Amino acid sequence: MNTLAKSISEKGKALATSIEPQTAESPSNAMALLLKFRTVLALVVVVAIFAVLAPNFLSLGNALIMLKHIAIIAILAIGMTFVILTGGIDLSVGSIAGLAGMVAGALILNGLPLTALGVVIYPSVPLMVAMVVALGAALGLFNALMVNRFQVAPFIATLGMLYMARGAAMLMSNGATFPNLVGNPALGNEGFSWLGAGMVLGIPVPVWILAIIALGAGFVAARTTFGRRVYAVGGSERAALLSGVRVDRIKYAVYAISGAMAAVVGMLVASDLEAAHPASGESFELSSIAAVVLGGASLTGGRGTIAGTLTGACVIGVLGDGMVMVGISEFWQMVIKGAVIVTAVVLDRLQERLG
Amino acid sequence: MTALLSASGVVKRYGGITALHGVDFAVQAGQVHVLIGENGAGKSTLMKILAGIEAPTEGSLAIDGASVQLNGVRDAAKRGIGMVHQELNLCPNLTVAENIFLLGSGSTLLDKDGEREAARGLLARLRQTIDPDRRVDTLSIGEQQIVEIAKALAEECRVLILDEPTSALSEAEVEVLFEVIGDLKRAGVGLVYISHRLEELLRVGDAITIMRDGRIVANRPAAQASVSWIIEQMLGENGKLQREGREPCAEGAPVLTLSGVSRGRDRGGAALEDVDLEARAGSILAIYGLLGSGRTEMLEVAFGARAAEQGTVTLCGQDITGLSIAQRVEKGLLFVSEDRKAQGLFPNLDVGRNMALSDLARFARAGVVQPEKEVSAIGQMIARLGVKAATPQVAITALSGGNQQKALIGRALMPGPAALLLDEPTRGVDVGARAEVFSRIRQLAQDGLAVVFTTSDVLEALAIAHRIVVIAKGRITLDVAAGEASEAMLIGAANAERAAVA
Repeated sequence: MNTLAKSISEKGKALATSIEPQTAESPSNAMALLLKFRTVLALVVVVAIFAVLAPNFLSLGNALIMLKHIAIIAILAIGMTFVILTGGIDLSVGSIAGLAGMVAGALILNGLPLTALGVVIYPSVPLMVAMVVALGAALGLFNALMVNRFQVAPFIATLGMLYMARGAAMLMSNGATFPNLVGNPALGNEGFSWLGAGMVLGIPVPVWILAIIALGAGFVAARTTFGRRVYAVGGSERAALLSGVRVDRIKYAVYAISGAMAAVVGMLVASDLEAAHPASGESFELSSIAAVVLGGASLTGGRGTIAGTLTGACVIGVLGDGMVMVGISEFWQMVIKGAVIVTAVVLDRLQERLG
Repeated sequence: MTALLSASGVVKRYGGITALHGVDFAVQAGQVHVLIGENGAGKSTLMKILAGIEAPTEGSLAIDGASVQLNGVRDAAKRGIGMVHQELNLCPNLTVAENIFLLGSGSTLLDKDGEREAARGLLARLRQTIDPDRRVDTLSIGEQQIVEIAKALAEECRVLILDEPTSALSEAEVEVLFEVIGDLKRAGVGLVYISHRLEELLRVGDAITIMRDGRIVANRPAAQASVSWIIEQMLGENGKLQREGREPCAEGAPVLTLSGVSRGRDRGGAALEDVDLEARAGSILAIYGLLGSGRTEMLEVAFGARAAEQGTVTLCGQDITGLSIAQRVEKGLLFVSEDRKAQGLFPNLDVGRNMALSDLARFARAGVVQPEKEVSAIGQMIARLGVKAATPQVAITALSGGNQQKALIGRALMPGPAALLLDEPTRGVDVGARAEVFSRIRQLAQDGLAVVFTTSDVLEALAIAHRIVVIAKGRITLDVAAGEASEAMLIGAANAERAAVA
């Protein structure tokens, strides 16, 4: 776990320095450096504390379990990072994840009824995954449509989607769970559980998926014209518009990415449990926003990195699992998590002022 | 005589930039103290400090000779200092009376009838018969200005700061304002008056102070001041722009034209009435006009940042009226806003990335930015415009105003435009750097670009442009070759028809 945290943190440094404007800093100014790498530091401290308090904390088995949990938060948080970089927010990710899980479940159990043709199609798992990801992206596009076309504040537009998607998830089964999502060899749609519970080279599949998404997102954010424009829109939407950036397209894209990430997470959760529950993903939007903020992004947009978000997600994940292992009461867990988030933002302000 | 309100040795720094270098300023009871300076001279910063909106970095304030520290606007208001901002600060959804007593009339419970009566009294003092129950968004801009003043008076202010109060007023409304100012003077209120309209200043002022580059450079009683003395002091030695090296330019083909462009006045901006404009390749066109005359709106309509109700815009003979900003940019029309902070800079990006943004696609292969291409284009542009930045990786916010402006002009030049629109390119640029910005603009025209810029400074228009268009109250009142224009002509045209549109 330590080496993993380290490698993440090093990647974090590399990516962070490649994106952030290089302000003159005197290396002697230890305080400024501490502030700059506060999230990495927080991660190291949290890991160290639990390593002492919980005997099994550093075991390989536990590390893999924690990484799976981290993957859930981190994938959502990566999508959220793009939205937040433009100065927006996406409150609908938890509900979209819940709905995506239900749609996946329904497709496996009941197939896709094409009433006009009088047939029911049972898509293979890869096709089904693509369909659900497309659904998530489409819901994200709807969010962006509200923001772009009707000038609804992102908070409100995605709050509306939070309710609508959750309601739709409940409607699909009248609130019941879709159990036993193993598929049927006769229908050619088995293998769904590999997504959330499978292992490759001894590492859980969700962690691989996170790794691929994180590398891709880091590249997109730091190296592509799209990424640069995302930062520009967050820095000054008006200036971006006047520079010829098609701001509305950028927003469609970031909300679609966020919706797609939510769909991926919804399927990972359903797949791991081999069951889809319509209440699944509740409050995920909050932990993913917390991860983004812990990672040093500014909610007003324009500042933040994928590496930072990844580190933030690790802190949230490790903190959550560690507190459970140590036996801290659920109520105290909430208090501590809240305190950590607020502290992170206070430090962020401090750094802004020093920088 | 002890001053009502005085500032001594006031220094204000924002990060590395010093906006005020040790300024002394005093307001006397029953006097109008006029403050003049170019945009960016530090007037607004000084006023914000006097009104308690910002705290000075160094120096002190005194009321009636006793040293004070103002803790915010509320504190300043309690001590009798009121300010009417250039941008009106009223809540459009509330009534006149509610706005006037927005800060409360002393008690926690609202006394609606009492407030209404008090508001009526205040408005009567200002010789107005505005109904206190009218919603503010149903008032004209001039009436709103009066409400702002009533709001300041409700706090029983002894010092009233007016920041460009006449910019949105009609001639008749200006007269009312001047009467009100006379009443306030007789009541012993000390006033600070900021404006760009020189004739107006000489008429209303008792003392005149001129600021330049964050310093007070001159002051004298209004009786001893003249327009020419003011202009001289405002511009200083460096500011004397020469009519140098201007070829009697064989003008190129028309690049950008506006014809019959009209729009109504709305919350966001001034009206335009049947405006025609023609910018030619290789030439510089200046649009001269006072604040609120529609000069900015003209450029914004041309660029597509603001909709016109009527008229057409063409670029290189092609009708671009219906195109989006992004499409116009692709066709080679670029714009640099007068409001660098809100509409120009990306504070989160470095100098190089700020400049490259308008032409990212050129530096990319399959959507991936190729750093070598980008870096070399940025380097060339920095050299071409003489942007003084240690490296392209420096934060854009660390540059001086002049260099920020050059970087933004560089951004607009990146895609190799056919026409460049510059809205007040020297706003917030210090005097030394202004000449340099203009010499770069001249060079661009010589390279064949059609340049259009707006200005509120006659000398700028005369010194730089090949052709000058004057706009007043949304109408073109003069269109003349720069060689045939004079200061008096331009100022006259800018003030023409002031009363025609209320």
